[in-house]
Amino acid sequence: MRHILAKSLAPTDSIRDYMAAQEKKSLLRFLTCGSVDDGKSTLIGRLLSDTKQIFEDQLAALENDSRKHGTTGDDIDFALLVDGLEAEREQGITIDVAYRFFATPKRKFIVADTPGHEQYTRNMATGASTADLAIVLIDARQGVLRQTRRHSIIASLLGIRHIVLAVNKIDLVGFDKTVFDRIVADYGDFAQSLGFTSIVPIPMSARFGDNVTSRSERTPWYSGPSLIEHLETVSVEEAAIELPFRFPVQYVNRPNLDFRGFAGTIASGSVSKGDEVVVAKSGRASRVKRIVAHGGDLEQAVAGQAITLVLEDEVEVSRGNLLVSPAARPQVADQFAANLVWFDEQALLPGRSYILRTETDQVSATVTDLKYRVNVNDFAHEAAKSLDLNEVGVCNLSTRAPIAFDPFAENRTTGAFILIDRISNATVGAGMILHSLRRAENIHWQSLDVGKRGRSDLKNQRPAVFWFTGLSGSGKSTIANLFERKLFASGRHTYILDGDNVRHGLNRDLGFTDADRVENIRRVAEVAKLMADAGLIVIVSFISPFSAERRMARELMGEGEFVEVFVDTPFEECARRDPKGLYARALSGEIKNFTGVDSPYETPENPEIRLKTLGRTPEEMAEALEHWLTERDVAEEQYDDGGGI
Amino acid sequence: MNIALTHLQRLEAESIHVFREVAASFAKPVMLYSVGKDSSVLMHLAMKAFYPAKPPFPFLHVDTTWKFREMIAFRDQMAQKLGFDLLVHVNEDGVREGINPFDHGSNTHTHVMKTVALRQALDKYGFDAAFGGARRDEEKSRAKERIFSFRNAQHAWDPKSQRPEMWKIFNTRIAPGESIRVFPLSNWTELDIWQYILQESIPIVPLYFAKERPVVERDGMLIMKDDDRMQLRPGEKIENRLVRFRTLGCYPLTGAIESDADTLEAIVGEMLTARTSERQGRLIDRDEAGSMEKKKREGYF
Repeated sequence: MRHILAKSLAPTDSIRDYMAAQEKKSLLRFLTCGSVDDGKSTLIGRLLSDTKQIFEDQLAALENDSRKHGTTGDDIDFALLVDGLEAEREQGITIDVAYRFFATPKRKFIVADTPGHEQYTRNMATGASTADLAIVLIDARQGVLRQTRRHSIIASLLGIRHIVLAVNKIDLVGFDKTVFDRIVADYGDFAQSLGFTSIVPIPMSARFGDNVTSRSERTPWYSGPSLIEHLETVSVEEAAIELPFRFPVQYVNRPNLDFRGFAGTIASGSVSKGDEVVVAKSGRASRVKRIVAHGGDLEQAVAGQAITLVLEDEVEVSRGNLLVSPAARPQVADQFAANLVWFDEQALLPGRSYILRTETDQVSATVTDLKYRVNVNDFAHEAAKSLDLNEVGVCNLSTRAPIAFDPFAENRTTGAFILIDRISNATVGAGMILHSLRRAENIHWQSLDVGKRGRSDLKNQRPAVFWFTGLSGSGKSTIANLFERKLFASGRHTYILDGDNVRHGLNRDLGFTDADRVENIRRVAEVAKLMADAGLIVIVSFISPFSAERRMARELMGEGEFVEVFVDTPFEECARRDPKGLYARALSGEIKNFTGVDSPYETPENPEIRLKTLGRTPEEMAEALEHWLTERDVAEEQYDDGGGI
Repeated sequence: MNIALTHLQRLEAESIHVFREVAASFAKPVMLYSVGKDSSVLMHLAMKAFYPAKPPFPFLHVDTTWKFREMIAFRDQMAQKLGFDLLVHVNEDGVREGINPFDHGSNTHTHVMKTVALRQALDKYGFDAAFGGARRDEEKSRAKERIFSFRNAQHAWDPKSQRPEMWKIFNTRIAPGESIRVFPLSNWTELDIWQYILQESIPIVPLYFAKERPVVERDGMLIMKDDDRMQLRPGEKIENRLVRFRTLGCYPLTGAIESDADTLEAIVGEMLTARTSERQGRLIDRDEAGSMEKKKREGYF
C-alpha cells in the first residue's frame, strides 16, 4: 500500500453545505445480538463494507487475516473486522462488545456488536444499555434458541422498544418462505409479553448481502424493507424532552466564593432561566439564576445537554441529589423493588451489602428479598435464594440512605442503577427500579432524647463490639467467655452473642448455605449495633467466614467501635481438637457446607487484633484483649473534646 | 426553538459528562496531552466541562524526544495561552541508553520511550485516573475498550475481563495502586473530530495543513526530515513535496500524505474521499498483528 495522493476536490462552500447536511442527520444507536454463530459479526462486517466504511488498508489487512484465521474458505471473513481481540480471532468467537460507526446519506449509526455466548451476557448488556434498537439474529436452520430468548428479555428489561428480527442464513434453507414464517411466528408468540413497540422480521443472508442494503431477488416473496432501509427510517425518537425536568447533580463547580454552579447532564425535560426547581431529597425550592456555558449563558437547555446551573438561593445540594420540576417530583425512598440482571461469578446473596450506584449517587444497599427468578425459556417465575451469573430476577432492595429516582419504565436515566462488590470493586449487577415500597414511605426514624453517649456514660464505659472470627474449634467461644469474665469482674457491662446460641433462637430458621450465612451475620450485626447503642461492650463469637459481611458489620458501627478479632488457629489444629466432633463428620461428608472443608473461610487481612493461638493459653489471650481495651479507652479520653460520639 | 440536539452536540455532552464524572470521583486525575488533533479537541472539551473554572487536573505530555519540533512549540504555546498546568515527562533511562527509532526499531523505541515512560510518570505522581484521546474508530482493539478502562497496579489492561459499563453509570471504584484510563472521545470518529475542530475553531499543530516539506520515501511511507538526527540510507534522497499529516507521533515513525489541503474545509473535503485509514500513517501499528492490543496490555494508551 503506497501513500495516497489525495486532492481536495470540493470548494469551501460545498464543504460547508455538506457539513450543515451532516449536522441535520439523526443518530441511531443499535446492537446486534442473538445466539453464538448466528452471524452477528458477519452482518456488521457486511454493513460496514456495503456502506463503504472500510478503508483500503483495513481491507488488505482483513484479506490477510481471513487467510490466517478465517472460517469462510477463500472468501473474506467479515467477522474478523469486528473481533478485534487476539483471543477472539484465535478462538473464532466474540468475547466483548465492539463499537463500530457508519453513516448513510440519511442517518449516522453507532452499532454495538455483542457476544452470543451465555458466558459473556454482561457484555451484551453493556452494548444494549445505550442502544435504541436491537437486531436479534436467528440462524434460519436453528430457529429461536435459549440465547435468543435471554437476549430479548434483557433488551426488553433495559428499555429497548424496537426489534429487527433478522432471520439469517436464509440461503442455507433454500430461501424457503415457510421456514421464515415459522420462525417469525415462534418469536412473535414468545415476545408478545416483552412490550416491544415494533418487531420487524427480515429474511437475510449477511454473508452474501441478501436484504441487507438492498432487497434481494432471491426472496421474491418478501415485500418488506431491506435492513438499511429500515434502520434509516425507523423512528425511535425518545420523548425524554417531554418528560418532567430531571437534573442529576454530578459535580459542584466552585472555583471561588462568588461562584457555585451545579454541573450535570439533563436526564429529561428542559429548563429555562427563571424556572423554579426543587432539590429532590430535601424539597427545598429555588429558581434558576443562570444556565452557564462556555461561550455565553443559555436561555434554555434540554435533555441530553451537559450544563452548569446557578441557583438564586444558597440551597444545600451535593453530588447525588437531583434538581427537579416542582410540579412532578421523583420518588425519594430507601426501599424499592427492581428488576436485576446478575453479572458476577459469585452469586447475588440477599442480605449481603453491595454498593449501589445511580448516575451520580452512591450508597450501601442490600437485597432484602429475592422475590423470584425469571426462567428465560418460558418466563416462569421461580422461587430462588440467590441469583447466579447471567440470571434475571425481581427483588426488593434497601439502601442505607434514601435515593431519588423514577421508575425505570418512566425514565431510563433516573431509574437505573448498578451494584458493585465491596471487596473486588467489580460491577456485579444492573438494576431497573420498578417502584418504591410503601413501608419505606411510612417508617420514619423516631428521634429519641436519651442517646448512646448518655447510656454508656451512665455505665462509665465506652461501647465496643469485639467481633471474633475464625474457624470452628479455633477457640473463639473459650476466649470470649474468659474475656467477658474479666470485663465483668472489673465492673463493665457486657453481653456475648454466640453463634450456636443465637442459632437456637433469633436465627433458628437459617441453615448453612451461603445465602443463609450472610443473613445470619446481618441479623447478628444489627443486634450488636443495638446493644452498642445501649452502651454495652458486645462480644460476638461467630465463624463469620466472608469478608464482605465482616465489612458490612464494621460499617454499621460507630467510628472506632468495631474491633475485629481474628482467632488464628490453623485448620489442621482445629480439626485435631474437634471439640464438638464436627470435623470428623464434615470430612467424612456427613455434614455439608462446613467452613474450611467444603465452604470457604476468607482470612481477615487487617484485623485490629490477631490472636495466634498456638502455644498460648486462653487466659493469656483474654488478658491481652482486656489490655487492648484499656489502651483504647485511655487514648480516646486524651482526644475527647467532650462533643459526644 | 429547535430542540433536537445535533450529532456533535450529543458527542460533546457525552464527553463533558465523562470529564466531570472523573473530577467528581477520583483523587488525582491527569490528562494525557499528546499535542495531536484529538488532544486539541480533548483539551477544548475539558475547558468547556469546568467553565468558568479551569480543569481541576494537570496535563501530562510524555515526550519521547522524537516529536516534531513544531509539536513542542505548539504545546508550549497552548500551555501559556490557556494557563493550564503542564507536566512533561521523559524516560531519562531511555535517553541515557540512547534509545531511538532508527537504531532500535519502532517497537523498542515506543515501548521504552512511550509505554514505560508513561508508567513511570503515572507512578511518580500517583495519578489514579488518566484521560486519553483514543477513539473506538481508530483501531480494532480500541473498538472493544470501555470509556472507563480499568488498569491493575502494573498498569495492565485485561481485555478478556472488562467491567460491564451500563448506561452512563460508571464504576469508578479502584483499590490503592490501581487506576482507570478514561476515553471521553470513545464514540467520536475521525470525521467528527475534524468537523468539531472546524465548528469550534480549535487551534491545531500546523503540520496538519499542507505545505512544502522535506521528505524521504522509506518503507512505503513519506518520512519528514525534522532534524539532523535522521540519517539517510543509501539511495535515499530528500525532496521537497507538498504534504501534510493526518496523524502525529514521533517524526521518524509518522508518514505524511501528499496533499494540497491547507485549510480545515479542504481537510474535511479530503477526508470524504480518503480511501485509507489514518493509522495507515503510523508505523508502530504495523509491527505485528494485534500489536495495538499488545501495547495496551503493557500499559500503552
